[in-house]
Amino acid sequence: MTALLEVKDLKVAYGKIEAVKGISFEVNEGEIVCLVGTNGAGKTTTLRTLSGLLKPVGGTVTFDGKPLAQVPAHKIVSLGLAHSPEGRHIFPRLTIAENLQLGAFLRTDKEGIEKDVERAYEMFPILGERRKQAAGTLSGGEQQMLAMGRALMSRPKLLMLDEPSMGLSPLMMQKIMATIAELKATGTTILLVEQNAQAALSLADQAHVMEIGKIVLSGSGQELLHNEDVRKAYLGED
Amino acid sequence: MHELPQQLANGLALGALYGLIAIGYTMVYGIVQLINFAHGEIFMIGGFGALTAYTALPTGTSLLIAIPVMIVGGALASVAVATAAERFAYRPLRSAPRLAPLITAIGLSIALQQLVWQFYPDAKKAVSFPEFKGEAFKITDSLSIQRADLFVLILAPLCMLALGIFVQKSRSGRAMQATAQDPDTAKLMGINTDRIIVMAFAIGAAFAAVAAVAYGLDKGQINFEMGFILGLKAFTAAVLGGIGNIYGAMVGGVVLGLAEALSIAYIEDIPGMSQLGGGAWSNVWAFVLLIVVLLVRPQGLLGERVADRA
Ligand SMILES: Nc1ncnc2c1ncn2[C@@H]1O[C@H](COP(=O)(O)OP(=O)(O)O)[C@@H](O)[C@H]1O
Ligand SMILES: [Mg+2]
Repeated sequence: MTALLEVKDLKVAYGKIEAVKGISFEVNEGEIVCLVGTNGAGKTTTLRTLSGLLKPVGGTVTFDGKPLAQVPAHKIVSLGLAHSPEGRHIFPRLTIAENLQLGAFLRTDKEGIEKDVERAYEMFPILGERRKQAAGTLSGGEQQMLAMGRALMSRPKLLMLDEPSMGLSPLMMQKIMATIAELKATGTTILLVEQNAQAALSLADQAHVMEIGKIVLSGSGQELLHNEDVRKAYLGED
Repeated sequence: MHELPQQLANGLALGALYGLIAIGYTMVYGIVQLINFAHGEIFMIGGFGALTAYTALPTGTSLLIAIPVMIVGGALASVAVATAAERFAYRPLRSAPRLAPLITAIGLSIALQQLVWQFYPDAKKAVSFPEFKGEAFKITDSLSIQRADLFVLILAPLCMLALGIFVQKSRSGRAMQATAQDPDTAKLMGINTDRIIVMAFAIGAAFAAVAAVAYGLDKGQINFEMGFILGLKAFTAAVLGGIGNIYGAMVGGVVLGLAEALSIAYIEDIPGMSQLGGGAWSNVWAFVLLIVVLLVRPQGLLGERVADRA
């Protein structure tokens, strides 16, 4: 079986500055693959490139058997790749319900969409209670739930989450991580970028450590969780 | 002494005209943060498109039949020019520093004026436009509304209503709101933001064409330079109402129109200001109003809170 997502020697640059310097990894169906690494390592750049928001300067990306290089950003989601961006980026002046509807922008099955909206409200009851409220009025954690719910509305084959726990209270962080574990249990394939390495690695089937544009260490989540260097650098131990 | 109801009616009609043009500035700004300074010329092109359509009609066609044809002709011309400008002048500059599209807009504005001046038959001076003649509607002894004013007073609210429903209720309208609030994330939803931007230019151009027909019917003539001052006024209206906000554009237009009409009528009655009244000073008062409003409310009357636009 071939991987759902195959990234080979991907290079991305901002002008002359190369932010991703030739990375390769795969995501298989049903897995959680985690990218960890310090700020500025190139994780967000990688996800934005997979979504077509940035154009690579080298390498190939194959998703579900199709090359992504020439696909414009607005056509990516229809292939089954959904992206919950860093910083959440909900539409602040639209309501929660409208934000969720936008996640299903290209779907035409009205009933299925309604069902999935209800499912998002079940997953995150607070969103259901505030469905008519402008999304900008939500707290950071609630906005994160909305961003995840919105990404799921396209029924993606692969869900990319960029730092879903960034800036959240420990309690909210736990809630988000528990949701990711639930999604994994229901078979959702996830590419997860996280600063909160402890929680992320314990969920991950495979993980990669990025440093200044390169993958410097790869292994299963458990392997990295118990790796000396990783513990020192990312889990705050010395 | 001027009658107040009459001045208010005049101001309202003028304001509705400004508002229709202002929609074009505000929609484009709301979505791509570009001040399309060539929009005044898009309005002017709408006028010439309408006139061309009128000329193609058999002589003696009643105005009631001719007006819809003129609106369609004007809109075809203005939308074609506006979308071409977007595609070939502005889109290639979307990631360039802000000054580049601004300078392009000014260049485009001059180029469009010169093209009409050079190539439209007899357009080197004002050309006559079918005038909406006939009795003004007399409402009371002191209030009567010209037919051309009635035209804009009916059409402007209808256009606003249609636009409001489109933006709030339709799928494309929702996509337009999303694109205005966060273009990259809109793409992640599967929205073709390039198409949405073209749509914003097109809607603004069509509204400008309606305004141009109203203007022509009122004045009985149009000219290649008419987009300059009206464009500037409409831009002022858009900023006054809160640029980026479609309802703000109409509110800004109406406030500006009323302020001008009232300043023409009443400023000279204020003791010591007799020199500063009348039509000659109305533009000055319009800009004074703009400055005062922006000092108190920098985001404009209905402006979006800047903080949301992260
Ligand atoms: N829009 C941008 N323009 C220029 N450089 C950028 C831009 N975004 C990120 N970078 C640079 O690219 C590198 C990788 O950033 P990023 O992908 O955001 O890292 P991470 O998500 O791992 O923190 C950093 O050095 C950052 O400064
Ligand atoms: Mg990042």
